[in-house]
Amino acid sequence: MSAADGLIETPAPAARRSGAVRRGGGTLQGWQRALLGFALPVGAALAWEVAIRLGIAQGRLLPAPSTIISTLADLARNGDLALHIRATLARVAAGFALGVAAGTLLGALAGASGLTRALLDPTLQGLRAIPSIAWVPLFILWLGIFEASKVTLIAVGVAFPVYLGTLGAILSVDRKIIEVGRSFRLTRLQLSCRILLPAVLPHYIVALRSGLGLGWMFVVAAEFMGASEGLGYLLVDGQQLGKPAQIVAAIVVFAILGKLTDALLVAASAPLLRWEDTAQRAAQAEG
Amino acid sequence: MLRLDAISKTYPTGTQALAHLTLSVGAGEILAVVGGSGCGKSTLLRLIAGLDRPSGGRIEVDGETIAAPHPAVGIVFQEPRLLAWLTVAQNIGFGIAHLPRPEREARIQAALERIGLAGHGNRWPRELSGGQAQRVALARALVARPRVLLLDEPFSALDHFTRADLQQHLIALWEDTRPTLVLVTHDIDEALALADRVVVMQPHPGRIGAILTVNPEYPRAPGSPEIEALKRQILNVLGPARSHAALPAAAE
Ligand SMILES: Nc1ncnc2c1ncn2[C@@H]1O[C@H](COP(=O)(O)OP(=O)(O)OP(=O)(O)O)[C@@H](O)[C@H]1O
Ligand SMILES: [Mg+2]
Repeated sequence: MSAADGLIETPAPAARRSGAVRRGGGTLQGWQRALLGFALPVGAALAWEVAIRLGIAQGRLLPAPSTIISTLADLARNGDLALHIRATLARVAAGFALGVAAGTLLGALAGASGLTRALLDPTLQGLRAIPSIAWVPLFILWLGIFEASKVTLIAVGVAFPVYLGTLGAILSVDRKIIEVGRSFRLTRLQLSCRILLPAVLPHYIVALRSGLGLGWMFVVAAEFMGASEGLGYLLVDGQQLGKPAQIVAAIVVFAILGKLTDALLVAASAPLLRWEDTAQRAAQAEG
Repeated sequence: MLRLDAISKTYPTGTQALAHLTLSVGAGEILAVVGGSGCGKSTLLRLIAGLDRPSGGRIEVDGETIAAPHPAVGIVFQEPRLLAWLTVAQNIGFGIAHLPRPEREARIQAALERIGLAGHGNRWPRELSGGQAQRVALARALVARPRVLLLDEPFSALDHFTRADLQQHLIALWEDTRPTLVLVTHDIDEALALADRVVVMQPHPGRIGAILTVNPEYPRAPGSPEIEALKRQILNVLGPARSHAALPAAAE
């Protein structure tokens, strides 16, 4: 535990040295916040490592972090890791792109008028009620067990949150600012580009993020249906051959990739959302 | 020249908001509209702005019938309604995107100076105070150079001092192009301070109770005997209940 303690303690003196203003210790600088976020997982991992080294725990079912790291290193060295990551990323990317396209299109159509909404929404809500995994047998029958059925499953998982988010965002646009556009005689197209689009953007990004999350969820399901490569294959393989370290290693990679792609999405959208008036932004401006 | 000819408006809900209202407003005139809550003032402005269609009658601006939002008519709402994703300068330029860039920039710059926000063009709406935001909304409507500008209680959400300040800004902006102003207000003092004529409306259904002319010779200071006399007249038309209740924003 002593090492973990050290980790938590470091930020405070460093901050004082750099002369940062810390009012009542309530505000944290960006990197301090990041360090604090690492404290729990890193602390737990270190504790587990120590417990196994001291013989308190066996680590047969949950291997020591050092074992997992060396498993990862082995996988990385012989090129397997890159291969599996590439396969999984390609599936997520293709499924996400398709799902976003479909969800956005349907959401925009349903949001365009009361008529199209009455036409589309009930059907889509009905389809949404089907657990997406239930489609798997059908997709395999239709599309075979290779990439097409996997990507389709991911796309279905991504499409629904994106559809809901897009429609919800469009419906929640304030009638009052639309009226501003009307009073300046914007055409329907101008109204969409100059008012609707920017107004829905923040909600839309949130929808994309939840879509991406589901994409990662469904890629595992898709790779469970039989794959010869991909992180999901590493999971199945680890289970069948009794290699818990490989399973945990794959899970860790999933966590890292999920977090990274989400951060990428957030970073890519940040310049478009600089104007947003949120509590978080107010806190940033203050800290 | 703005002409309302026997305008009436009945909402689909059956509420008759306006009945047979006839009025003409001269070019460059400042007309104030006062009246209790629900007597159809906002409805009237929305009809002139072309945001709603009248159930009967005709509205003309310089001889053209208004059936949809018209380039010669601008409107400022009770709330600033700024677009949060545009900077202050971009908001002001929102309605003149069709103009060539140098002309647009020049108008925006001039407007920013007029409203005392020169150098603040790159700020976001979220960084503005209520009064500043409403000034930007005024500028946004005025840079499009409307011949008729409609204002629906534009200052009612602001405190007394800010309101007086905004009235100054309004007059300063108005001086540039001298459009016809139709100013709906709850505040009789505001009406008497700014207007050439005051229309007093009565409810159920909305109609004109009286039109009073404010003699341009009058000193506009509140408390001057002439202004006080007009104020009493207005309160009389608004009805006995109103004269105790001192009118106002209490109705909101
Ligand atoms: N969209 C609408 N649908 C149905 N009735 C409406 C609508 N808008 C206004 N009304 C009704 O029409 C009448 C006039 O409303 P209006 O908003 O024009 O009043 P107002 O004079 O602006 O009031 P206030 O001073 O409170 O703003 C009211 O009785 C109101 O309930
Ligand atoms: Mg009103």
